Amino acid sequence: MFESGLESSEKAELNDLNYTMYMRKIVKSFYTGTPHELEILHSIDLFVKKGEFVSIVGQSGSGKSTLMNIIGGLDRPTSGKYLLEGVDMGKLNANQLSDIRNKKIGFVFQTFNLIPRSSALRNVELPMLYAGVGSAERKTKAQELLAMLGMRNRMNHLPSELSGGQKQRVAIARSLANDPAIILADEPTGALDTKTGRMVMDIFHKLHERQKKTIILITHNDTLAEETERILTIEDGHIVTEKATEKIS
Amino acid sequence: MGDLIYLKENLLIAWEGIVSNKVRALLTMLGIIIGIGAVIAIVTVGNAMADSVSESMSKLGVTNVLVALQNKNSTDIGLSFLSGSLTESDLISDDMIEKYSELFKDNIEAISLSNVGGAGQAGDGKSYANVTLLGVNEGYETANNVSMLEGRFIRENDLKSRRYVAVVSDKFVNNLFPSNPDCLGKEIKIDTSGSIQTFTIIGVYQYEPPMMATSVAASDKELRTFLYIPISTVNMITSADEGYLAITVNSKSNINMSKFSTDTRDFFNAYYTKNPKFEVSAISLDSMLSIVSDVMGTLSVAVSVIAGISLVVGGIGIMNIMLVSVTERTKEIGMRKALGARNLSIQIQFIVEAVIVSGLGGIIGALLGFGLGFIGSSLLGHPKFPSVGIIVISVLFSMLIGIFFGFYPANKAANLEPVEALRYE
Ligand SMILES: Nc1ncnc2c1ncn2[C@@H]1O[C@H](COP(=O)(O)OP(=O)(O)OP(=O)(O)O)[C@@H](O)[C@H]1O
Ligand SMILES: [Mg+2]
Repeated sequence: MFESGLESSEKAELNDLNYTMYMRKIVKSFYTGTPHELEILHSIDLFVKKGEFVSIVGQSGSGKSTLMNIIGGLDRPTSGKYLLEGVDMGKLNANQLSDIRNKKIGFVFQTFNLIPRSSALRNVELPMLYAGVGSAERKTKAQELLAMLGMRNRMNHLPSELSGGQKQRVAIARSLANDPAIILADEPTGALDTKTGRMVMDIFHKLHERQKKTIILITHNDTLAEETERILTIEDGHIVTEKATEKIS
Repeated sequence: MGDLIYLKENLLIAWEGIVSNKVRALLTMLGIIIGIGAVIAIVTVGNAMADSVSESMSKLGVTNVLVALQNKNSTDIGLSFLSGSLTESDLISDDMIEKYSELFKDNIEAISLSNVGGAGQAGDGKSYANVTLLGVNEGYETANNVSMLEGRFIRENDLKSRRYVAVVSDKFVNNLFPSNPDCLGKEIKIDTSGSIQTFTIIGVYQYEPPMMATSVAASDKELRTFLYIPISTVNMITSADEGYLAITVNSKSNINMSKFSTDTRDFFNAYYTKNPKFEVSAISLDSMLSIVSDVMGTLSVAVSVIAGISLVVGGIGIMNIMLVSVTERTKEIGMRKALGARNLSIQIQFIVEAVIVSGLGGIIGALLGFGLGFIGSSLLGHPKFPSVGIIVISVLFSMLIGIFFGFYPANKAANLEPVEALRYE
C-alpha cells in the first residue's frame, strides 16, 4: 500500500520486533525559521510493540502532548522518521493522514472533546460516518459500544446533559468506533475524580487485555502509570527513563 | 469518493446548528429574506398593475384617440407636462373640431369634450354631497363608457341652450336622497368657490371607481363623484376661454388606428405650424400601452438593482456569520479531523450549512413576497399569486448565494491544521 521508505537494516529490525510504532530522531520545533525557534522534542526514539500498554509521564510542559500528537498523526515532526504499522507517516498528505487517524487510531482527551450539539449516539457514529459506513450499521455499532460502556440509557443525551465520567465513556466508545488497533489517551482521567478515573482505567485494561489494543496513556497519576506495562518519563523533550513494570510477565 | 454520502448527515449537522441559535440564523437570513421577498412582491404587484392598466385602458376604449396640446420639441406626452403661458388662440377651438369631424366623419363615432368646472358640494339645501363639476358634451358618454341608470345624458340641445341640467352618480343619489331615490327633475344647488347655481337633475349614471385606486377610497359618504353638466354652461359659469387643451376622439371600430392617429395629429398640427410654443399630439391605446410597458420596464430594472444589492448584502452577512461560526467551532473542527474527517468533508459541511441558511432565507422571503404580493395586488383590485417558477428560481438563487459566500469560510475551516484547531481555546 504505502512505500515504507526504510533502510533495509531498519526494515529487518522492524520485522523482527514487530513494532507498531517506530520513531527515530523525532524533533519538533515551533516557530521554525524565526528568531524565536523553539525546539520542544529533541531527537526522540520510541518503539512500541503491537498490543503494548505504555504510559508517558512527565512534568507539565515537558512535551508529552506534543509527542502524542505526532504519534497520532495530528501533527508532523520537524525532522525524524516515524513509521506507523510500517507506513512512513512523513510521506502522507493531509487526507491520507485523516484516513489513518480514522481507521487505525482512537483518540481520548482530557477534555472529552465531544461535539456539543450532537447526541452521545451521534458522537459515537462520527468516525464511522467519515469511514463511509452506512447509517443503519453505524447506529447498531454505536449502540453496541455505548451499551458496552454502560451508557445504554444515555444514548440520546447531549454532552451537556452528561457527567464527566459519562462524557469520557462516550469519548472512549467513539474512539473504538472503527475498531482501531491503537488507542491514544492524553490524560483521560485528568478531569475526573479518583473513583471515576478508576472506572475509566479499568476500561483501558479491558481493552488491552481482551481486545489486544495497543494503548498509549499520558497521565500525571503515578499509580495509574504503574498499572501499565512500560513507563516512559519525558523531561524537557527527552525520554529520560524507560521502566518496564512488573506487569510484564 | 464517498464524501457526498455525508450530505444527509451534513444537513442534520447544519440543522442542529441553526436550531441551537435561531435568532442568529434569522438575523443572518434577513438580507436574503428582504431581497427575495421584495423581488417576488414587486413582480407580483407589477403584474397586477399591468393588468389593471390594460383593463382600464380597454374600459376607456381601444378605439379612443387622445388629442392634446403639447410643447413643441418635447418628448413628454400629457397635459401635466405643458409649460409656458397659454392664450385662447393656442387652444383647440370648436371651429377646428367642427372641421375635423366633418373631414373624418367616416372614422369618428363621437368626440368627447370636457372641462373641469371645479370641486365643491351639491345639495338640496338640507344635505350635501361632494362633487367635481365636469362640463361635457354629448360625445363624452360614448367615449368614456358612461353607463346610464336613469334618465338621459347631456345632449346637443343642452349645450346649445347652455341649460342648467345635471347628470349625477348613483352614489350621489344615495348620499343625498337615501329615502327617496327617485330624483329625476329635482333641483339641486351647487356651490363652487362661492357662487351658487341651481341645476335640474336629468339623469343618473353608475359610479365607477377610478382607474387605479391610488389613494385609499374615502367612505361612501365622503366620496367625490363627477357631476356632469353641459360644457357650454361650465364655460359660462367659470368664464373660461373658448377652446380645449385636450379632446378625446372615439373612432369607429375596424379602422386602422395608427393611421387614424397620424391623420388626426397632422390635421390639427396644420393649425399650429406658425405657433411658436405648442403643437398637438394624438395618442391611441397602442402608444399608451407602449408608454406603460416602458415605465414597467424601468421599474423592474430598479427593483432588480435594489434586490440585487440586498442579496449581496445578505450574502456578505452569511459569509460573516459563517466566519464567526468557523472560529467558534475551531475545536470541533479539530476534533472532527482527529476522528478522520477529510478536508472536503469539513468544507462540504460548512457550505451545506451556508446553503441551508440562505435557502431557508429564500423560502421565508418567497413566502413573505407571496403574502405581500397578494395583499398588494388585491389592493389594486387584481389579486395575484406569484408564479411557481419565480419562487423556485429565487429559492435556488438564494442557495447559490449561500454556496458563493459560504465557500471562503468553508475553505478556511477545511484548511485548519488539526493540532492547532484542537489546541484552540
Ligand atoms: N503550537 C505551539 N506553539 C508554540 N509552543 C507550543 C505549541 N504546542 C506546544 N508548545 C509548547 O511545547 C511545550 C510542551 O507542550 P505540551 O503540550 O506537549 O506539554 P505537556 O507535557 O503535554 O504538558 P501538560 O502535562 O501540561 O499537558 C510547552 O512549553 C508548550 O508551550
Ligand atoms: Mg498535555
